[in-house]
Amino acid sequence: MTDFGFSISKSATIDMDAVDMELYERVCRQVPSARICMSCGSCSASCVAAPYSGMSVRKVILALQRGKDVRTMLSNCMLCGKCSMACPRGVNTRNLILTVCRNL
Amino acid sequence: MIDRIPSGFHPFVIPFLLGMAFVLGYCAFGLFRIIKQLSWKERRKLAVSLITPETVVKNIRDIFCDCLFHVKLWKRNKLLGYMHSSIAFGWFMLIVLGHLEVILFVPKRINLFYYPIFFNYFVAEDEITLRGSLLFFLMDFFLLVVLSGIVLAMIKRVSSRLFGMRRTARPSFLNLVGLYALWAIFPLRLLAESFTAHISGGSFLTIPANWVFRQFLGNELNMLPTWWAYSIALGVFMCVLPFTRYMHIPAEMLLIPMRNAGLKMVDARKGFTRVQVLSCPNCGVCVDACPMSANRANLKDCTVYLTRQVRRGNERRIEQISDKCLMCGKCKEVCQVGVDGAQLRLMQRARRQYGFSPDFSNLPQSQIISSSSQKNEKVLYFGGCMTQLTPAIGKSVESILRKSGVDYEWMDREGGICCGRPLYTAGRTREAEQLVQKNQEIIKNSGAKVLLVSCPICYKMFLEHYDLNDIRVVHYVPFMLDFIASGKIQLIQSEVSYVFHDPCELGRGCGMYDEPRQLLKRVAQIREAEKNREMSVCCGGSLGSLSLDFAQREKITRASLDNLCGSGADAIATACPLCKTTFSRYSDRPVRDLAEIVDELIIDN
Ligand code: SF4
Ligand code: SF4
Ligand code: SF4
Ligand code: SF4
Ligand code: SF4
Repeated sequence: MTDFGFSISKSATIDMDAVDMELYERVCRQVPSARICMSCGSCSASCVAAPYSGMSVRKVILALQRGKDVRTMLSNCMLCGKCSMACPRGVNTRNLILTVCRNL
Repeated sequence: MIDRIPSGFHPFVIPFLLGMAFVLGYCAFGLFRIIKQLSWKERRKLAVSLITPETVVKNIRDIFCDCLFHVKLWKRNKLLGYMHSSIAFGWFMLIVLGHLEVILFVPKRINLFYYPIFFNYFVAEDEITLRGSLLFFLMDFFLLVVLSGIVLAMIKRVSSRLFGMRRTARPSFLNLVGLYALWAIFPLRLLAESFTAHISGGSFLTIPANWVFRQFLGNELNMLPTWWAYSIALGVFMCVLPFTRYMHIPAEMLLIPMRNAGLKMVDARKGFTRVQVLSCPNCGVCVDACPMSANRANLKDCTVYLTRQVRRGNERRIEQISDKCLMCGKCKEVCQVGVDGAQLRLMQRARRQYGFSPDFSNLPQSQIISSSSQKNEKVLYFGGCMTQLTPAIGKSVESILRKSGVDYEWMDREGGICCGRPLYTAGRTREAEQLVQKNQEIIKNSGAKVLLVSCPICYKMFLEHYDLNDIRVVHYVPFMLDFIASGKIQLIQSEVSYVFHDPCELGRGCGMYDEPRQLLKRVAQIREAEKNREMSVCCGGSLGSLSLDFAQREKITRASLDNLCGSGADAIATACPLCKTTFSRYSDRPVRDLAEIVDELIIDN
């Protein structure tokens, strides 16, 4: 095939039927406030670990909903609680993080 | 006094003997197990303290003050103090005097240890009773003391408010059996001794009762049944004792020497922790004290329920209770036996298994290059995460440092890493240790002599878990007091009146109560809240709690605000960024950090 120097990017479509939501549901049962996240990103903006591991509670919740891996992000969370102080929706972020860590 | 029963035995003592044998055997076995659970070092510590005269004296004094006189309860509420000490001390005296009677009158029976308990049944009065009349009087007197305590205990079951307690812990079934057995013991003893009083003698209580009973009941027939009943009540009480809160009686005797030996909680269940859990008499004082119990919420998550569930081994509840707590330390402050509720929960959190653990080895190494200008001692300011969320506090601290001409550097102005306390209180000690190592390195390499912090949460962490060689860790409050004393800054007075909120981590956590008030007094009027200092109510924002959600926290914050606003002050002052953020959310009046207040009032030269 001719090399054009670029290619069609891989599809970013997520087949929701194929996603394993098991972990997300389990976490939501234990931390119901995870369901009310509105993806505002306040938590990411305040996060101490963001510069080091790309941590963001918003992304963690999203990744759980998409069945993606969250280990890298979580690996630098210091549980400092800034995200829960910043969250306008009252998501219990620290409990969410701990619960994910327990269930991984 | 002469022996009335030649054999010195009657079958009615058997229930008592059985109970006694059971409880002694159980305690001996328990003691053996607990000593075995201690580490070799702890055992040595305990042994050494048991032969050191000072600790022995302290042990004896503590046992008398705490177990018999309940000094701490007296301070809390007179009625409550009287109730507990009358039963404990009265009973103790009855046992001591009983032995004295046996030694004096029938010394040959001293080896029968049921004799002092049932003395009045086994003896008969003879001509020379005068010698015993004082003893008889004392016996009746202390019986009356105990009975008055029992009556109060009955009243308390119905209306605990009289005793300064709004809420008490609900007793479990076996506890109720123990309770009723205990209540029965002393009235039965009075009856038994009264029915026998015309034979064995008595005093102001038993002799008149004996006379009254003779008028319509007759004493002879009732004598044996009541002695049987008395013995059975004792037996039942002792048989259920190990499974009820009354286990605190023997456990506390062990707890006090262990504490005085300097033992610490190191395991979630075993050793010293076990003794502490068993020593909780379920008095329920911690229920009212706990800030989580605002609006009658979370009543079953107070420390009294934790000790109960730990005894039962109910893991699900232990986990719930442990995760909810704010770690404010108030329950320990009010607890008469010194159960450390927060530490106990920390131990439970620390034993939890995680499928995934963070790892901080990728965090950048020390960023601060030593710029040591050797003239002045350099101050390194660590704001901490929470100060980053409340930039006004950081700016004020910096401004004060600048105005006072101190050589300083702001360690985490552009964002740093956490001190590790939140991880630590979440029970993730090993991970917290990694952060401690990182920060330690940065601080040591900075060439600073002083580490200044504005967050009491970090302050406690630095004090307790960091090894910083000769670098002094200070909270800004005493630091600013120094500035004022040495004239580095001059202040004007403000007209505003403030009520000072003692942050849990600064007050109960680090014992700093007076300094913030001194600082505040220098610049403004100060009012006191009803519950202040050691009794201060957590703001509800604490990072100690893992599972409390926002709605529940709001109730706690509002209750804490009510306490502060009751003082009628114009504004609230605190010395913790987290308290400030939390209060600001719901407060109807300004909430300000001491640093902000002071900075504003400095006279610029
Ligand atoms: S608790 Fe974790 S996720 Fe939240 S701000 Fe702190 S480091 Fe970031
Ligand atoms: S701040 Fe709260 S609502 Fe916003 S993204 Fe984060 S968790 Fe969701
Ligand atoms: S923990 Fe302390 S205050 Fe609470 S019930 Fe037990 S003894 Fe009483
Ligand atoms: S530490 Fe505070 S929040 Fe926790 S149980 Fe004790 S009083 Fe309640
Ligand atoms: S204790 Fe709190 S405020 Fe202080 S550095 Fe740690 S997380 Fe931040």
